[in-house]
Amino acid sequence: MNKIWLVIQREYLARVKKKSFLLATLLTPLIFPAIMAIFVWIAVEEKENQSLRIIEVVDDNKLFFLESSEQYAFSFSDRSIDEAKELVKNGDRYGFLHIPSFDLKSPQGITFYGEENPNMNLMSYLESSLKKKIEDQRLYETGIDPKIITDIRTSVDIKSIMLDEQGGEKVSNATVNYAIGFVAGILIYMFIFIYGNQIMQGVIEEKSSRIVEILVSSLKPFQLMMGKIVGIAGVGLTQLLIWIVLIGGLTTIVTGYLGMQMPQQQAMEMAQAGMEQVPDSGVAEILQVINGIDFVTLVACFVFYFLGGYLLYGALFAGIGSAVETPSDAQQFMLPVTVPLIVSYMGLFVFILQDPNSTTSFWLSVIPLTSPIAMMGRVSYGVPFWELALSMSLLILGFLGTTWVAGKIYRIGILMHGTKPSYKTLWKWIKTNN
Amino acid sequence: MLETQKLNKSYGTNRALTDLDLKVNKGVIFGLLGPNGAGKSTLIRIINQIIDADSGQVFIDGRPLAPDHISQIGYLPEERGLYKKMKVWDQMLYFARLKGLSQIDAKKRINLWLDKMEMSTWKEKKIEDLSKGMAQKVQFISTIIHNPPLLILDEPFSGFDPVNAEIIKDQILELKSQGTTVILSTHRMESVELLCDQVAMINRSQKILDGTIRQVKNSYRPEVFQVTVDHPVKPIPAEWIAHEEDGSYHFTLPLSGKTPNELLGELMPYGQISRFQEVIPSMEEIFIHQVKSTKHE
Repeated sequence: MNKIWLVIQREYLARVKKKSFLLATLLTPLIFPAIMAIFVWIAVEEKENQSLRIIEVVDDNKLFFLESSEQYAFSFSDRSIDEAKELVKNGDRYGFLHIPSFDLKSPQGITFYGEENPNMNLMSYLESSLKKKIEDQRLYETGIDPKIITDIRTSVDIKSIMLDEQGGEKVSNATVNYAIGFVAGILIYMFIFIYGNQIMQGVIEEKSSRIVEILVSSLKPFQLMMGKIVGIAGVGLTQLLIWIVLIGGLTTIVTGYLGMQMPQQQAMEMAQAGMEQVPDSGVAEILQVINGIDFVTLVACFVFYFLGGYLLYGALFAGIGSAVETPSDAQQFMLPVTVPLIVSYMGLFVFILQDPNSTTSFWLSVIPLTSPIAMMGRVSYGVPFWELALSMSLLILGFLGTTWVAGKIYRIGILMHGTKPSYKTLWKWIKTNN
Repeated sequence: MLETQKLNKSYGTNRALTDLDLKVNKGVIFGLLGPNGAGKSTLIRIINQIIDADSGQVFIDGRPLAPDHISQIGYLPEERGLYKKMKVWDQMLYFARLKGLSQIDAKKRINLWLDKMEMSTWKEKKIEDLSKGMAQKVQFISTIIHNPPLLILDEPFSGFDPVNAEIIKDQILELKSQGTTVILSTHRMESVELLCDQVAMINRSQKILDGTIRQVKNSYRPEVFQVTVDHPVKPIPAEWIAHEEDGSYHFTLPLSGKTPNELLGELMPYGQISRFQEVIPSMEEIFIHQVKSTKHE
């Protein structure tokens, strides 16, 4: 036991002390907000610096009036097509939109001329404005006032409440649950892949540099393998913890800064305006939903599946690493590891987040190889206790199983040099007693 | 110190060890000889409890091999390995702690050895920044850091330049004088003759000879003498195939059932005998001869 602890310490410190770890840990939480900030900044800059683009519109129907937007202004005239084209060529107009006379039931022949390829934004803006105008026109012709239609349009928002066994009520929201399942599932998926690979690399390093021969003369191969797996898990948890603290801290600082920037009055007004316009929806509801989530269960489940999934796959990664001599040789054995991971990843999006209570979702979240990712997609929606218990016990069994198999391969694999094993030899190693 | 009884091990259909009996006395340097693939590494791995024998037993100080023996063995494998990115000090501490030394003891002993080998300034260097010879020294110290009563060295001199090989040799002899038993596995016969008290030779999974160097050599004497006769007074018989150099005649003669004195008596009439010396085979010759003869069987 004492020796496993030494291995854990070494594996942990060797990685945590690396500069690359420090960089990755500190920069990752900054990179995403930074990229987003840059995009927002560029977009804002572009909007501000952009001169208003004037578009010449020749409407043979004399029916449509397009409203100018921040970026585009429309000038209407009776110019001939050639004249209008000339304007574009001279650079007097950004583009020229020709609306030929057509039957309103099947509008055809609307054409945009421009010096450069028009962007998506503009095209969809033009298309949607025209569509609306044509629809309005047709309504008008059938004798309905378009204003009535606008009046009739209603937005519906269903508030869903979950009844629990104790008779309590919880406000739930599919979007929030979706987001939680999505983030948790992806985090576990990435963690397994990144740190599983680290285990494999570590094992290959020890094997190919022959350190392992000295190590196994001092402790049992199984102790070495478990020490490595647990040590690297510690690295991952440390990283996760630092990220949570950093992101939490950053968010506080940023919101605090924005709050300071905003004059009190304005903030008050905004809050009031918000209250009046969208009573009991949006932010308020999200807050209500978040209050309704059982965070203790959620966090406990996350930690359990995070570690369980990692340990289950970590053992497999260690076993593969022990059987090969270079990372490139490992490719041939990666299939049994990557396939279930990708299945659970795809399953998360295709089945679980769409319908968390379907049969497929149930099986994906119970089978140990897929449950760590799949179950996290379901937890926030609420999972019956027995399913959770079944899934967890199977995961523990699965972990014991993969560790047992990996241990068998590892014990023989780390001392084998010069031969490239196949699945058949691995199977032989598993069956060997000694 | 170490005894093996009827040790057997096979990998699939390959026999690595067949009924191997060995006895290594306390405080000797024991040479384990044999060509590649003879089973030396398998034996060493069994003693180190890296693998288990199929049958047979190993005793250390009369006690069957047990997990707590690990701390009493120092093992330097033929293929050396250190963590490239780890510092010398951290690396030594790790190995020492794995062998069961306490933190305080380990630090004390590492400092002692670093001073002794004049390596104190390397403490904070990473292995990847050291030369191959320096890394080998680090490895050697890591092997003996826990002061094991039994030291198993597999080709300890490979990778060392002559100066450093000499330093390592001196360290091995010093350890021996302090009572350490050393098992030296090598195919360098000159170091065997120089260092070993006892040897065993393994070929194709079987022990083919063992004993002290003297015993082994004696049992492989071809019973041939080298003779030099200065200025012979009567012609040397042609069948002795002598060759002449400044009036001296050199040739070799087998005993052919006679005693050395009888042979010498026969030679005396030919003139002044300036040399009469039995041919003693080197360990290398015995080694090659043995390996070849077992191959022909």
